[in-house]
Amino acid sequence: MKEILVISGKGGTGKTTITAALASLYRDIVVADCDVDAPDLHILLKPEITERETFYGGKLAVIERDKCTKCGKCRELCQFDAVSGSYDIDAGSCEGCGVCGWNCPEKAIKMVQKKSGESYISGVRCGTMVHALLDPGEENSGKLVAEVKKKAKALAAGRSSAILLVDGPPGIGCPVIASLGGADTALIVTEPSKSGIHDMERVINVAEHFKVPVKVIINKFDINRVNTGEIEKYLEKRKIEVLGKIPFSEKFDSALKQAKTINEFDPGCAEAKMVEEIKIRMESGSQAR
Amino acid sequence: MKKIAVASGKGGTGKTSVSVMLARALGENHRVGIIDCDVENPNCHLFFGSGIEEKRDIEVFFPDINPEKCVYCGRCQEVCAFNSLIVLKDKVMFFPEMCHPCRGCLLACPAGAVGEGKRKVGELIILKETDGIRLVYGIMNVGEARSIPLIDSVKKESCAGADYIVLDCPPGAACPMVASVKGSDYVILVTEPTPFGLYDLKIAAEAVGKLGIPSGIVINRSGARDHMIEEYAAAAGMPVLLKIPFSRKFAEDYSRGSINTRAFEGLGVRINKMAEGL
Amino acid sequence: MRIAVTATGGSMSAQVAQNFGRCEYFLIVDSDTMKFEPVQNPAAAMVGGAGPAAAKTVSDRKAEVLLTGIVGPNAQSVLAQYNIKVITGVSGTVKEAVEKYKNG
Repeated sequence: MKEILVISGKGGTGKTTITAALASLYRDIVVADCDVDAPDLHILLKPEITERETFYGGKLAVIERDKCTKCGKCRELCQFDAVSGSYDIDAGSCEGCGVCGWNCPEKAIKMVQKKSGESYISGVRCGTMVHALLDPGEENSGKLVAEVKKKAKALAAGRSSAILLVDGPPGIGCPVIASLGGADTALIVTEPSKSGIHDMERVINVAEHFKVPVKVIINKFDINRVNTGEIEKYLEKRKIEVLGKIPFSEKFDSALKQAKTINEFDPGCAEAKMVEEIKIRMESGSQAR
Repeated sequence: MKKIAVASGKGGTGKTSVSVMLARALGENHRVGIIDCDVENPNCHLFFGSGIEEKRDIEVFFPDINPEKCVYCGRCQEVCAFNSLIVLKDKVMFFPEMCHPCRGCLLACPAGAVGEGKRKVGELIILKETDGIRLVYGIMNVGEARSIPLIDSVKKESCAGADYIVLDCPPGAACPMVASVKGSDYVILVTEPTPFGLYDLKIAAEAVGKLGIPSGIVINRSGARDHMIEEYAAAAGMPVLLKIPFSRKFAEDYSRGSINTRAFEGLGVRINKMAEGL
Repeated sequence: MRIAVTATGGSMSAQVAQNFGRCEYFLIVDSDTMKFEPVQNPAAAMVGGAGPAAAKTVSDRKAEVLLTGIVGPNAQSVLAQYNIKVITGVSGTVKEAVEKYKNG
């Protein structure tokens, strides 16, 4: 089984639209949405949740009022400004390091598990989907991403489909690093804008840093053909394969309006054919580890 | 000085375009600073031609372990909540990307072997002022996991003398977005009239609501389906500040590194009006 | 020889767990007698840094060889410090994996 992770660096380049379109070409695939702080794949795939699990992220300091003498030690030591003047812990700032706890002379601070989201296993029309939702403002440490991936992997092991398809998060930080763990290919969706290129280069470096082979899809390639040419030149230099180029098309938007993927909306159209070609290249190109 | 944060749940909705246009509109009558808080993928600078005025390293604490003093007792590993230290029998391994610089190891070490080290996690860059606008941005090193220390560093740049500060925030609704938005006077949430845009807008609005900061909505790529956002805005009691119609010309200009408020009639005027209203 | 295998459960018929740092169990198997000891992986539930912590657990149990699916770069470097031989890309049941390793 090959695990293919779709990422982009910059948001809004079309990761989710393309992931969903690829998924809809299968009958019994496992797809995972690792963008746990703004997940969107469910909008196109309409999952019916069959299992849900509470997610406990990091720890949180709690001050026991009756023991606290307001000596100030915790405020002095906290590197994250999480203890207020009235000795309340700001849950948004506390990173759960526990330094306040073991340094409190009165032993008035304990560390508790913090509920910070939920993860789900759901049925979708093309198979099974694993997804999650982080509570707003929580730290996205990568642990929830790792949980989504672990569940997806366990499910995919027993399936006929040779592919585990993962919709990744934007950026280059913890969530992306956690998504890269164990991926066989990072499929980068970029667009020929200055910012799209800038962010693509950074995310390629991250993938290569973690030794995950990279392939690229250039979305909305006709928005700026000069930039598209530059992307191709750049990728050739780095010996990175371009799996496909997709034009800017209102069709994707019309499909989204009906909560369908392009291949469900109009299977005969040129854009849908391009996605099919990408699927074939994606399957043949990436070697399972 | 007023601080206006520009955020969005979904990536790619046009935060950077709105930040730059807003700063330029405000810049006509005021001194303005833009702080690009999206340190993982900063983009604002791509739309400014001005040269670099100042560049410095952003550093965070790391345990600088003195092998002469270390007794390999394992106490630092025990107190580290993030598993960034592993003590072997004659060596201590440190994993920088795991470290939340809490200094617990430094406090705990019985042998005084942990020193106050500094390691570079990225750079802070200030561009030369152009048209009354000064841009500050941070850029995180590839392979680093935590963006919060960089966000805190760029936010500390007060852009002395500025009347307005526009903060271009990272996408999402998790801690980097919240850390960027915190302390602002107003939050502009940029969205697009698609089911993706609406869903992520709701999550972002909830995160901002928790902070108690007033907020309003900008609908980018506005068109026939604006009602889906407008209905939510009305129900949530959030004003729709501005609609930017979809324009292929605008997208093409953007792809070349230019944000063109003249791409369609009246956009500049509407942005100025929004800026004054804030 | 003591062989550590990442496992989805506490018995020899469990599957080899694919993610080293976040596996549920390590089975420490004596390849001569095929006797085994299940060890719960305390790193499975950790927020970050599961790999290096798991590597420490394996070394504390005096394993000489590790059979698993995938090992991250940080865990890899800790395992190397302990001179533990790492075989990745292993699947099937724990019993099969150990036997396959014994037979080269």
